[in-house]
Amino acid sequence: MELFLQQLVAGLSTGTIYACVALAVVMIYQAIGRVNFSQGEMAMLSTFAGWQMIEYGMPYWLAFPLTVVLSFVFGVLIERILIRPLRGAPALSLVIVFIGLLLIFNSVAGYIWSYTVKSFPTPFGTAPFLGSAWISQHQVGMMGTTLAILILLFLFFRFTRVGLAMRGAANNPESARLLGIRVWTMEGLGWGLAAAIGAVAGMLIAPIVFLEPNMMAGTLVYGFAGAVLGGLTSPGGAVLGGIIVGVMENLAGTFIPVIGGELKLTLALVTIVGVLVIRPQGLLGKKMVSRV
Amino acid sequence: MNAQILHQGRDISSVTKIFMAMALIALAALLPVFAKGFVLFQATQIMIFAIAILGLNLLVGFSGQLSLGHGAFFAVGAYAAAILMAQFELHYSLAIVAAGIITFVFGFLFGLPALRLEGVYLAMATFSLAVAMPQVIKLSILEHWTGGSQGIAIDKPQAPFGLSINEDQWLYLITLIATSVLYLVAKNITSSRTGLALLAVKENPVAARAMGVNESVYKTLAFGVSAGFNGIAGSLSAMAVQYIAPESFTFYLSAAILVGLVVGGVGWLPGAFFGALFVLLVPNLAESVSKGLSGAVYGSFLIALIFFMPSGLSTFRNFISYRLQRKSRHSL
Repeated sequence: MELFLQQLVAGLSTGTIYACVALAVVMIYQAIGRVNFSQGEMAMLSTFAGWQMIEYGMPYWLAFPLTVVLSFVFGVLIERILIRPLRGAPALSLVIVFIGLLLIFNSVAGYIWSYTVKSFPTPFGTAPFLGSAWISQHQVGMMGTTLAILILLFLFFRFTRVGLAMRGAANNPESARLLGIRVWTMEGLGWGLAAAIGAVAGMLIAPIVFLEPNMMAGTLVYGFAGAVLGGLTSPGGAVLGGIIVGVMENLAGTFIPVIGGELKLTLALVTIVGVLVIRPQGLLGKKMVSRV
Repeated sequence: MNAQILHQGRDISSVTKIFMAMALIALAALLPVFAKGFVLFQATQIMIFAIAILGLNLLVGFSGQLSLGHGAFFAVGAYAAAILMAQFELHYSLAIVAAGIITFVFGFLFGLPALRLEGVYLAMATFSLAVAMPQVIKLSILEHWTGGSQGIAIDKPQAPFGLSINEDQWLYLITLIATSVLYLVAKNITSSRTGLALLAVKENPVAARAMGVNESVYKTLAFGVSAGFNGIAGSLSAMAVQYIAPESFTFYLSAAILVGLVVGGVGWLPGAFFGALFVLLVPNLAESVSKGLSGAVYGSFLIALIFFMPSGLSTFRNFISYRLQRKSRHSL
């Protein structure tokens, strides 16, 4: 029971990270109808940028927001320079651009910072939280930070004019444009936000998975699993899906001997295929209907 | 648009084309006489990659589906062949065929759920498959067969009938035969009824359905065949390298196959050879400039091609056939 609770809590804390990645994926999917395969590598680059600032002697809580802001700008620039000109191009073209970006980011990070594994500092400390054996201070801090960000995002999309405009532009670009919303600006904002969320996820998961150019590959697959499980059309579903995947991952890794601690990616794959077989629209997604 | 391309392909008379193809194969078969060792190994690798790219092209170029995880099918084929040869002592020729069939079935089953949905789901599922593949191979229940992270060592096929050629030369010839046969298969699929049905599904799914084309059957079959090609490529690669391990089949293998496809030209079969050449030679050049930069070179090429030359090297081919056409018209 002790072990079960411990793994449950650990799963919840990594689950919030997957929720962030899933949310970033869904946000871009909502904005442009494509899945950004370079989302993980973008987050990895952000994390390296943060690490570099801390290495230069910047305090963590200055480097953290600065990295998030830089990542936001980075996301907006990518949308402006590479994605917007391809408006109306076949789906295949964009996916290939994403894979190209993935390869470039990975290779550049390896070139600048090398492929050797680095440790990433945590501002929360690694000691057990309040002396409990279940959870460390970092896990609590990670959960707290991501939950705070998710709540802020919810408030932003629910109660601000810009948030509403972004949702409008994503749901119905034509009508939104007629209402005077700059749909392109909104898409750029969406990219910026997704990159910023990715940066947060990257910096918070880095103390656990360690910093190296391939660190986000697995996390992105979990994020995909979360997004598919929750429904690609539902941001709330993506968050829920991400948390469920995190819990499942930890429990299965502990209690199903075949999977074991190191090979849990298989589970993400099984989740994706399983959801596509049983409930393709995901838990909270809209069912897709095509007119013939 | 694609119908036009099909017609352009018939400008040079088909007899000339067959003759040229035969000459090309004969010329390729003579390579082992001149080239030895590493050059021959590279040539074998290029053909193996060409098979893999050909397979992906059948899927992407002719049925409009996208897979980001064909390296995983490459891995399935490599492991199938290696296990059959090392543990069941199956003859290598049968192992190659078996690898193709096993991978076909695997691809068919994997594609089944995702292909009913929008393309984005297939892309995500295959991406995840490619990233997870090394871990799947290492799973403890499979370890008995796959050897876990230890991998499997296999012997190179020996030349039959006491032919006085060495193993490298024989493997090169086997690969040449496999490449020729599979190219012919791909050519026939694309110019047959099935190929036209696939094109119809790609260009306009709704119209295709209205014409009585069973969309999901064709899509899934295309996915299976495409995976099968990669399985055969994988089995040949396992024999060429003589050793397979989970870490040889990471996401970057899938990415390399995709790069080759885009460079060669989506929807143009001969492009596979140019794509394979690019994929194998460019990393060597990039590594000589700086270590670890091949990914950046690959990526920059991908993006540049999408922006400036979306049909890859097949652009040149269309240009040349256009010039030839004009020439012949002038001479009349």
